[in-house]
Amino acid sequence: MRLTCPLCGARDRREFTYQCDAVALDRPAAEAPPEDWHAYIHLRDNPAGETRDLWYHDPCGSWLVVTRDTRTHAIHATALAAEVKR
Amino acid sequence: MRIDGKGLVDRTQPLTFTFDGVSYLGCAGDTLASALLANDVRLVARSFKYHRPRGIFSAGSEEPNALVTIGRDADQTPNVRATVQELYEGLAARSQNRWPSLNHDLMAVNDLLSPFLSAGFYYKTFMWPRAFWEGLYEPVIRQAAGLGALSGDHDVARYDRAWVFCDLLVIGAGPAGLMAALAAAEAGADVILAEEDSLLGGRLNAETDEVGGKPGQLWAADMVARLSAMRNVRLMPRTTVTGAYDQGTYGALERVSLHQADPHADTPRETFWRIVAKRAILAAGALERPIAFPNNDRPGVMSAAAVRTYLNRYGVVPGKAVTIFCNNDDAHRTARDLAAAGVTVAALIDARDDVEVAGNFPVFKGAHVIGTGGRKGLQEVTIRHAQGQRSIWTDCLAVSGGWNPTLHLTCHMNGRPVWDEGRAAFLPAEGAIPGLTVAGAARGVFSTAGCLADGLKAANEALMDLGLKPSKSTVPEAEDDPYRITPLWQVPGKGRAWLDFQNDVTVKDVHLAAQENFASVEHMKRYTTQGMAPDQGKSSNVLALAVLADATGRAIPETGTTTFRPPFVPVSIAALGAGARGKGFAPERFTTSHRASVERRAPMIEAGLWYRPSYFPRADEATWREACDREVAMVREAVGICDVSTLGKIDIQGPNAGAFLDFVYTNTFSTLPVGKVRYGLMLREDGHVMDDGTSARLAEDHYVMTTTTAAAGLVMRHLDFVHQGLVPQMDVRMISVTEQWAQFAVAGPKARALLNTVLDEPLAEGAFPFMACGARRVAGVEGRLFRISFSGEHAYEVAVPARYGESLFRLLVAQAESLGGGAYGMEALNVLRIEKGFITHAEIDGRTTAFDIGMARMISAKKDCIGKAAAARPGLLGEEREQLVGLRPLLVETPLQAGAHLFLENAEAVRARDEGYVTSVGYSPTLGQYLGLGFLKNGRARHGEIVRMVDHLRQAEVPCEVCDPVFFDPEGGRLRD
Repeated sequence: MRLTCPLCGARDRREFTYQCDAVALDRPAAEAPPEDWHAYIHLRDNPAGETRDLWYHDPCGSWLVVTRDTRTHAIHATALAAEVKR
Repeated sequence: MRIDGKGLVDRTQPLTFTFDGVSYLGCAGDTLASALLANDVRLVARSFKYHRPRGIFSAGSEEPNALVTIGRDADQTPNVRATVQELYEGLAARSQNRWPSLNHDLMAVNDLLSPFLSAGFYYKTFMWPRAFWEGLYEPVIRQAAGLGALSGDHDVARYDRAWVFCDLLVIGAGPAGLMAALAAAEAGADVILAEEDSLLGGRLNAETDEVGGKPGQLWAADMVARLSAMRNVRLMPRTTVTGAYDQGTYGALERVSLHQADPHADTPRETFWRIVAKRAILAAGALERPIAFPNNDRPGVMSAAAVRTYLNRYGVVPGKAVTIFCNNDDAHRTARDLAAAGVTVAALIDARDDVEVAGNFPVFKGAHVIGTGGRKGLQEVTIRHAQGQRSIWTDCLAVSGGWNPTLHLTCHMNGRPVWDEGRAAFLPAEGAIPGLTVAGAARGVFSTAGCLADGLKAANEALMDLGLKPSKSTVPEAEDDPYRITPLWQVPGKGRAWLDFQNDVTVKDVHLAAQENFASVEHMKRYTTQGMAPDQGKSSNVLALAVLADATGRAIPETGTTTFRPPFVPVSIAALGAGARGKGFAPERFTTSHRASVERRAPMIEAGLWYRPSYFPRADEATWREACDREVAMVREAVGICDVSTLGKIDIQGPNAGAFLDFVYTNTFSTLPVGKVRYGLMLREDGHVMDDGTSARLAEDHYVMTTTTAAAGLVMRHLDFVHQGLVPQMDVRMISVTEQWAQFAVAGPKARALLNTVLDEPLAEGAFPFMACGARRVAGVEGRLFRISFSGEHAYEVAVPARYGESLFRLLVAQAESLGGGAYGMEALNVLRIEKGFITHAEIDGRTTAFDIGMARMISAKKDCIGKAAAARPGLLGEEREQLVGLRPLLVETPLQAGAHLFLENAEAVRARDEGYVTSVGYSPTLGQYLGLGFLKNGRARHGEIVRMVDHLRQAEVPCEVCDPVFFDPEGGRLRD
């Protein structure tokens, strides 16, 4: 498996660490109700198809949002989490 | 026997080899299989289940029968296919799965029992284990069934792994592959041409056809010469591409020195390659399949194409009178080539009526082989034709049931092959592997001219995708015979007809599976073990499913195929795991003081990837405890030196650095004055403690964070995530500087006195108070000084650039020794921190909260931070939580055990009564007793209570008093002093 780091180019998956679904970027406000926090921390979809993941590129320290297909393993897009978040 | 004037082997270079201890001669260029056939050795193996005599069937990696063991002891490699093993001087091969010898295998009794041993035998037998089976046959069968054995010794041979990148990977160097590789290379692409065989050219080396007006093998050799001369081409002979993976990644196994008599010690046996290719062309050719007829497994029954390979490439003919049995025109070439070489062709038997055969040998059309004879080798075949039945004396039967394209790789990512009625074969599905095109025989284009054209076409498609101009190459003239075939899978008759030679699966077994309703192809496979041997059914799968289709009254496409999975050929674990043996398993990280510690005979212990000194023994100390007790006392009474460089150090800078730390720590850092250090607690977003450590503010916009040794990488990743993923607007940057700074703890009442001997400007009393920090020159070097303590003593940590680490350590230890102190190791460090109730990852193990460790008040109410919302969740705080406590055994000299559990004094020590557990223990020489830290339900309210520590593993039971976790100097006067 290979991922393209927007800073470093296409790299082997051994350089990356998988973290979780990209919903981790959508942190609720501090005063949000417990249900929102519960959903943010614990609830995850398990789609057959397109999914957005967070991966860490260890050599350069970038967090990436990787859009991929769980059925075909095709990588549709990679982007810097910092750019996605802005 | 060898035929004069035929073959590509070098007869001027004879090679001696042994098989089962008997010495033979072969030639350079032989495989073990061709050399055995040249010496008329026909019986080479016993079958897996019935111990039937078996001979060489094929001439390639698909070989189901001829598995041998090469070498002895640690070098022993079992299940080597004789058809792939190249001959070298002194090669020693042994047959497998026989006792006492290949010729007289007593286990062949299994064959007589075969009526009982059909498919499902094990399942049925174990359902009703009557004493008869259990006591007698089952142990015998278990003992008897099997392949070669491992030596049981460590494999000390070298294996390697490597990565390589290219524009175009061409898999297979037959006519299609050679054509594609040259066309792409000439157009400027970086090309890798991987070929399983030692000799490039594919079938061109095994046939007598001409290409471009010259013999095929010469054309191939010319192509190879041209490719070798090009800088953008990498030829990889002896390299089997074993799997296709995501994003153009391919696994490949190279046999680097398995063909060498005396390889250099540094040469690996095998290398496992990961090839990353922008595009790939699969030109792996096709495999000939057999026909199932009664007793079709005798030595001497071979693939018709393999007989041609042995004749044309090795100059070997596997019999004196060869018979051909086929259902297609291609096999007629075997008769033609044999006759031309002067070999007797006993008969050509074609199952079809309407065929034209020219040749000076008996031809039987519309005929079938219905039986064979000969105990340890073929002696005769019985055929049935329109006029009746007859026997033919023959010692080699060349069989061809047609060709199966080698499409395995196209199935590795879920691709399903498509049945083609005309060619009676499965063809690869289009686009099954992104970026891979199939060319030549691998997609059912069987003529040489067709393969050449298809190779060029595939290369041009790839070149277009790569953004290069199409090739100007033209296709040379070559054989363009049509492929004519009428399917024939099985010939009915008396006696067992084999499908999977390697696992001893017969037509009867497949019928039994169908009859017992294991009618899906996947069920049939598992019920009969069809295709589950090391050859993975390369020659037999299609045949077996055709038989299943017939038995269930379905068409082949309806019946479907089983799934081909990687690897295409067996790959040794040693090759896959190359480089990961012993110390190669994980990198080693050494501190700058490593050498000095080892010189002092300190046993080194692993802390993650780091190696840290356990203790520094003195000559008069017999046990580690003596050293540890002395080192603890030394720190409490004089001064000790400890390398703490392994703690993570993260340099954080920027206008928002303080605000950022406020967000990742539970407590506030933006208010920390410059020149001060603060202890910080970090939570995960789920409210549990992630890590703790200190952060020092070196300037308004510059902090240095320390993390625990264990969590250094984790915290760095976490900070990067929080910054990039949650607060990218914050103007802050951070980087790990763990390896850039060597840092040493200087701890004890004499710490300041010692430091003043190495600091350029001595510290006046009270000038550098507890939790102060700042830049200081240390022995002439720009360093940093922190007044922090993990021992509870008046202590400092002094940091210098890593290149000065070793000399500073030596200097500090020498000075400490002159003051009655010295170096201390991890054991003493642990005791010192337990005495003070300081936590490590033994306590914050990922399941504990700030509340549990008594630090709930460190979660600032004035600001948000990671984990704050979840930390307030019901269930993460309260009386039901297990809380950090100290434990003292009632008998002071009784050891406590980390990992033991806590129970009420009179309660039964069972899980349901569990009250808590012990996390850290140590003997405190300061207090003269064992101490423990642990977690106890509602523990903070239970100080003074007696609980029972029970360790079921080590059979220990100790009554303990629950107390505050800070055992020594609870007011902290010593560290502030």
